[in-house]
Amino acid sequence: MTAQAPSGTAGPSVPDGGPGMDCVAGRTAVLNALSQVRDPELDEPITALGFVASVAVSQAGHADVRLRLPTYFCAPNFAFLMVADAYDAVTGVAGVHGALVVLEDHFAGEAINSAVAARAGFAQAFAGEARGELDQLRADFLRKAVMAGTDLVCRPLLAAGMQPDALASMTLGEVPPSRGLERLRQRRAELGLPAGDLAPLIVDPATGAAVTPEALPLHLRKARTTRVSVQSNTGICRGMLRHRYTDPGIGEEDSA
Amino acid sequence: MYEHNGEKFFVIDSHMHYWNAAPDNWVAGAEQYAKGWIECFHAYMGLGPPQTHWPLEKFQKYSEDDLMHDLFEVGHVDKAIFQPTYLLEWYKEGFNTTERNATMGERHPGRFRYNTRWDPRDGDEGLRTLEHNVQRYGSTGCKLYTAEWNAGSRGWKLTDPAAYNYLQACQDLGIKNIHVHKGPTIWPLDKDAFDVSDVDHAATDFPGLNFIVEHVGLPRIEDFCFMAVQEPNVYAGLAVVVGGLMHARPRFFAKVMGELLFWLGEDKLLFGSDYAIWEPRWQIEGFVDWEMPDTEEFSDYPRLTAAGKKKILGLNAARLYDIDVPAEYRLEAQPVAGA
Repeated sequence: MTAQAPSGTAGPSVPDGGPGMDCVAGRTAVLNALSQVRDPELDEPITALGFVASVAVSQAGHADVRLRLPTYFCAPNFAFLMVADAYDAVTGVAGVHGALVVLEDHFAGEAINSAVAARAGFAQAFAGEARGELDQLRADFLRKAVMAGTDLVCRPLLAAGMQPDALASMTLGEVPPSRGLERLRQRRAELGLPAGDLAPLIVDPATGAAVTPEALPLHLRKARTTRVSVQSNTGICRGMLRHRYTDPGIGEEDSA
Repeated sequence: MYEHNGEKFFVIDSHMHYWNAAPDNWVAGAEQYAKGWIECFHAYMGLGPPQTHWPLEKFQKYSEDDLMHDLFEVGHVDKAIFQPTYLLEWYKEGFNTTERNATMGERHPGRFRYNTRWDPRDGDEGLRTLEHNVQRYGSTGCKLYTAEWNAGSRGWKLTDPAAYNYLQACQDLGIKNIHVHKGPTIWPLDKDAFDVSDVDHAATDFPGLNFIVEHVGLPRIEDFCFMAVQEPNVYAGLAVVVGGLMHARPRFFAKVMGELLFWLGEDKLLFGSDYAIWEPRWQIEGFVDWEMPDTEEFSDYPRLTAAGKKKILGLNAARLYDIDVPAEYRLEAQPVAGA
């Protein structure tokens, strides 16, 4: 997300622990970093989703972050990615000299937490149960995010009367700026796909090749289905989270 | 049966349970999983209308009377299909086994069909049990849960060679319907456990079986739709779609229905309440009342007529399970209803 940390809504009124301004500033910086961490499956920041249960930073610069998920059995591979990404984001904050990131109330929490704390990979966390790391899984879901983002960007253009054929020859630079467009470009860049002004608006997320006018209707249909699927999952996850934890997460935002 | 605005609906609840998830049934040492599982289910109930929520204690272990009342006395259901889930590593007598379901159901002749289950990791003994269950309970369908834990393994895929042995056995034993329920774990854990491509392969290789993908592949609706459109013997079980979205997220319910109607069509969708996660009554009444919103956002989705709702609520399942539908509830018996 390009969006900054939702500082307006993020603010818990009471900083945990120390009264020093350093702790408050440090906490804000850590929260900012966490807002860059996404649920790879839902493609939303873990803060906005309500997955951050608490954040505290000591005067010595030690960060303590507690994460929570909608169910005890949320898929362990995605859970691992979020905890590991959160750890990397928090330890990358200037002035943070150590971090504890803990996933709470999860069947695989112990394995995930200790592996992340030891900077070990997923395969080590689940020795004998996993063949490799999660790069492929992450890329698969980035491609889904590109498909969903394509629908987000293209539907308003079609609704405004643009013909599908015209979309096929459009470049990213020709699309009016929007948060959705910026997000689509970022996801494409993360995948190594062309994302500059001259790149085609609609590409095959597996290859980066422009989608031909003939293939475009089906491609757009699939893009729409993918977005509906992700949105529905997000809706269910949010509902489950609210049932499990009545208090909002740190930085949680209402869904659209 | 349900009658509304002069339309008569024959209702088959194609996915329901009679479980015991109370602490007396938790396996020592696995209490946290047994507890986590039922609390996760209970959170799903939270997506339904507040007046239908149960306290956790009742949800863990409801009675035969509760079930008969909620489905048949007030729930409009004509026939219900038990879908067992064993989870024997967490629940001493299983979460809801074929035996438990049938012991209860046999006290109410004509109301139930007893699907059974298998697990490819159970080897030859599992094959014998499957054959026994088909003979003893007349099962013509199986419920498969691919994320079940079994002796150190966290799950399996339909394309595993051992699973193909079981699918072949199903075909040989006269089983027609394979209900597939994906969960969060499979081996290896670094792969997407919800991926449905194994169903694609199995459906191609076993054309004599129908594959009903439960909760329409959620959270992979898109992969499911793109796969199902290519396979004539793949169906969508609507459990979770109606219960989890129709009340809590009506806009997304409409969109998901639109996607399913577009990719699969109304002949391939089967209603299931997922009882006791949700009571069937509000789902059936709400579904019959439901119409695709008439705004631009939904303008390119197919519409669902009363006839389509009749198929989804019962006639499609009746076809798959050879269930006799009284003449007055069949499509040809009534004037075609407009939507």
